[in-house]
Amino acid sequence: METTFTPLASLAGGAIIGLAAVLLMAVQGRIFGATGLLGGLILPRARQDVAWRVWVILGMLSGPVLYTLVFGVAPSIQVPGGAAELVVGGLLVGIGAHFGAGCPSGHGVCGLARGSARSVVAVATFMAVAAGTVFVLRHVVGG
Amino acid sequence: MRALVLALIGALFGFGIMLSGMGNPAKVQNFFDIAGLWDPSLAFVMGGALLVSAPGYALLRARPRAWFQWPTRRDIDAPLVWGSATFGLGWGIAGFCPGASLPALGTGRWDVALFVASLSVGLLAARWVSRTRLREERTP
Repeated sequence: METTFTPLASLAGGAIIGLAAVLLMAVQGRIFGATGLLGGLILPRARQDVAWRVWVILGMLSGPVLYTLVFGVAPSIQVPGGAAELVVGGLLVGIGAHFGAGCPSGHGVCGLARGSARSVVAVATFMAVAAGTVFVLRHVVGG
Repeated sequence: MRALVLALIGALFGFGIMLSGMGNPAKVQNFFDIAGLWDPSLAFVMGGALLVSAPGYALLRARPRAWFQWPTRRDIDAPLVWGSATFGLGWGIAGFCPGASLPALGTGRWDVALFVASLSVGLLAARWVSRTRLREERTP
């Protein structure tokens, strides 16, 4: 599936994601990592640690509606994978994010911003493996 | 009031994901497909985010508050590497990462829901394995 190059929208969207991460630390004192956010909700470590996650995630869910309100069209979500890809991919992402202690939001946006060496290693690793995976799936297996 | 502020922060993140294209799995996979349908947009997402989060975090670190919970780990251990590698494999296959799938779930699409459900099962299973291992290490 072809997609168009959108440098300005991507830069602006990224800046807004970064702003949300800074605000969450200022208000709640937490890193904006989607894995940690979701993990702490489905398996809470303490009772008083749940409510803030519910509010943040409810806000996140409103993203597509807000986009539609602002631009008058729904955001483009093209899913090349079928059910098998989504189930296998989801499981691997969940397992990997737990042991790797983060994902592109936690390690990428937040960790790199703090200059964390762990995050540099994590981001370099998952980017390289994702690129290798897409190459194999599209040009070796699918080619 | 606090709940509203937190929801607004989440909404900001969700809107940013949608605007950036991060919530579109085809765009994510094309970013990695340098040999094919290459779309370099996602480099701009990371760049734009860091342009704000790096100075923003520096500002906050200069004004420490009791409730700021900055991560403290520094060690590069094996699980960090193979966990991230496993993550990359799944990310390449599905095209969704956790931070993109949660806002995308707001569309009510079944395929996004399927990914988020599998992601949750993966997180739960990994947490369970970690806990069992920890318990085994503690009991002689």
